[in-house]
Amino acid sequence: MRLKIKSTEDFWAGLIFFGIGLYAIYLAWDYPMGSALRMGPGYFPTSLGAILSAFGLAIIALSFRLELENPAHVPWAFRPWLVLCGTLVVYGLMMRFELGFVPSLMTLIIGCSLAHRDVHLLETALLSVFLTAACVGVFIYGLGLPFRLFWWSY
Amino acid sequence: MEALLYNLTYGFSVALTLENIFYCFSGVFLGTLIGVLPGVGSLATVAMLLPLTFALPPVSAIIMLAGIYYGSEYGGSTTSILVNLPGEGSSVVTCIEGHPMARQGRAGHALAIAAIGSFFAGCVCTLVVAIFGPLLASVALQFGAPEYFSLMVMALTCASVVGGGSVLKSLAMVTLGLLVGIVGTDVNSGIWRFAFDLWTLADGISVAVVAMGVFGLTEIIKNLGDDEIPPTLLQKKITGLMPRWKDLKQAFAPILRGTAIGACFGPLPGLGGTASSFASYMVEKKVAKDPSRFGNGAIEGVAGPESANNACSQTTFIPMLTLGIPNSGTMALMLSALTIHGIAPGPQVMTSHPDLFWGLIASMWIGNAMLLILNLPLVGVWVRLLKVPYRLLFPVIITMMGIGIYSLNSDPADVFLMAFFGFTGYVVVKCRCSLPPMILGLVLGPLMEENLRRALLISRGDPTVFFTRPISLGFMIATAVLLLMFLAPVYRRARKVAPAEEEG
Repeated sequence: MRLKIKSTEDFWAGLIFFGIGLYAIYLAWDYPMGSALRMGPGYFPTSLGAILSAFGLAIIALSFRLELENPAHVPWAFRPWLVLCGTLVVYGLMMRFELGFVPSLMTLIIGCSLAHRDVHLLETALLSVFLTAACVGVFIYGLGLPFRLFWWSY
Repeated sequence: MEALLYNLTYGFSVALTLENIFYCFSGVFLGTLIGVLPGVGSLATVAMLLPLTFALPPVSAIIMLAGIYYGSEYGGSTTSILVNLPGEGSSVVTCIEGHPMARQGRAGHALAIAAIGSFFAGCVCTLVVAIFGPLLASVALQFGAPEYFSLMVMALTCASVVGGGSVLKSLAMVTLGLLVGIVGTDVNSGIWRFAFDLWTLADGISVAVVAMGVFGLTEIIKNLGDDEIPPTLLQKKITGLMPRWKDLKQAFAPILRGTAIGACFGPLPGLGGTASSFASYMVEKKVAKDPSRFGNGAIEGVAGPESANNACSQTTFIPMLTLGIPNSGTMALMLSALTIHGIAPGPQVMTSHPDLFWGLIASMWIGNAMLLILNLPLVGVWVRLLKVPYRLLFPVIITMMGIGIYSLNSDPADVFLMAFFGFTGYVVVKCRCSLPPMILGLVLGPLMEENLRRALLISRGDPTVFFTRPISLGFMIATAVLLLMFLAPVYRRARKVAPAEEEG
C-alpha cells in the first residue's frame, strides 16, 4: 500500500510551521544563548523555533495517515486576496509619499471595490466621492488629524 | 459585603461621569453597528475599532472597548434571528430557534426575549465579576514567576485543546504567536530580535496591527470568496417587541440556567460564547417536556443560549482583569489596549487602578441597560442596515481600517504590516488553522519569556522549579490532563461533534 497525503491542508500547514520554526532558529543563531540561569536573548526564540518545527513535523507526519472528514472544498479566493492586500500597499505608499488624504482614500476605496466579483462603476465612483468627503469631514475637520488633503496643500 | 457595596458605588461614580457614559454609549452603539453586519464576529469588530480608543484616557478606553465587545455580540444575535446569517459561532445557536421564529412572524418576540435574557445575564454576571474578581486577585498576588509561567502554559494549552479544530495545529499557531511576540528589542540585552534591521520592527509588532490584519482583512477576503447569500428579510415591519407574559414565563427558567452555564464557562480559556451557548441549548433540549418543538422556533432555545452567551462575555473578563492573562482573542486585544495605556496587567491592577476595575464593572451594567434600550426600539435601524449590499459595506470597513491603522503612529509601515498579516492570514485560514490562539500567543509571548527568565533565575537554572512548587505543579498537572484528554479516543470523538470555535 502506498502512503498518500490524506489531508493536503495539513500537509502544507505542517510544512509552513516546520519552515518558520527552522527559519526562527536560523535567525536566532546570532543571539547569545546564555544559560538556563541567565537566559540570553537567543534562549527563548531558539526553543520556540525548535518546538514549532517539531509541531510542523508532527502535523506533516499525521497528514499522511490521518483520514479526516473532508469538508466541502472552498475555492481559493485569489481575487479579493490579491486585490485587497495590493490596494492597501498602494494606499500605504501614497500616504508614505504624502500624496494627500483625498487621493489616497479614493484610491483605497476604488481599489478595494474591485475585489468584489461584480463591480458597479458608477456606484463605486459615487461611494468613493461621498465616503471620502465624509472621512475628510470627520477625521480632518472633526478630529483634526494632521494629514494634508492633496499633494499641493500646505 | 460592605466593601463590595462601597466598591460598586465607587465604580458607578467613575462610570457615571458624563464622559464615560458617552464612551460607553459610543462603544455599545458602534459595536452593535458593526456586529450587525453579516459575517463579522465580535473579535473582528473589536479589532477594527481598537484604534478609535487609543486617544482616550485608559478608563474610558477600556469602558468603550468592553461596550464594543458586548454590543457586537448583541448585534450578531439580531442578524442571526432576522436573516439567518450568523457572524460567529455563538450566534449559530441563536439561528437554530430564532430564525424559525422569525419565519413564523415572531421575530419581535425572539428579539425581545434575547434582549431580556441578555440583560438579566449581564446584570447577574456583573455581580459575579465584582465578587469573584477580588477573590481571584488576592490568590494571584501570591503567585511568583514559576506559577505565572505554568499558568500561561496551561491557559495556552487549554485554549488550543478546547477551542475546536485540530489541536496540533492550534498548538503550533500558539507557538507561532509567541515567536511573533518576540519581534523587537530585547528588554534585557537591547538586541534587536527578528527585526530584519527595520526600525518599525524594533518596537515590536503592535497587537492591533496583527489583529486588524488577521481578523479584519482576512475575514473580508474570506467573505468575498464565499458565495454571497443575499439577506432575505422576512418581516418588513417588526412587531411584538413588547414581550408577552406567556413568553416571559416560558423563558424564565432557561434564562436562569443559561446565565449559570455562561458564568461558569466564561473564565475558562478556549471555551468562549460558542461552547456555552451550545451547552445551554443542549440542556434546554434535554429538560424540555416536548423536545420535538426544538428546531421549529422554541423560545427556550433563544432565551437560554442568548443568556449564556452574554453571561459568558461578562465573566470572560475575570482572568484578564485579575491575573493579567487573557483567555480569548478578544481579551488579548483588551489586554493589549491596557498595555498601550501603560497599565501593567496583573492582580495589582485592582489596587493600583481601582477606578479602572470598578469603573469597568459598573459600566458593564450601564452598557447592558443601554443595549436593552438601544436594541428594541432601534431594531428598525439595524434592519435597514442589513439591506445594504456587501459590495458597498466592505469598502467602508476597509477605509475605516486604513485610516485607523495609519492614525496609530502616522507610520505607513503599519499599513504594510496589516496588509502582510491579512495576506498571510488568508493562507493560514486556507490551511484550516485557527487564528485566535495565535493572538493569545502574541500577547503572552513577552510575559512568558520574562517569567521563564525570572523563574529560572530564582531556582538557579533548575527547570524542576515548575514541578516542585505546589501551585505551579497543579497547573502543570492540569496541562498534562488536558493533553491526555486530547489523546484519549473517546474525548476526540466527542470533540468532532462540537463546533469549531471561531470567535476565540
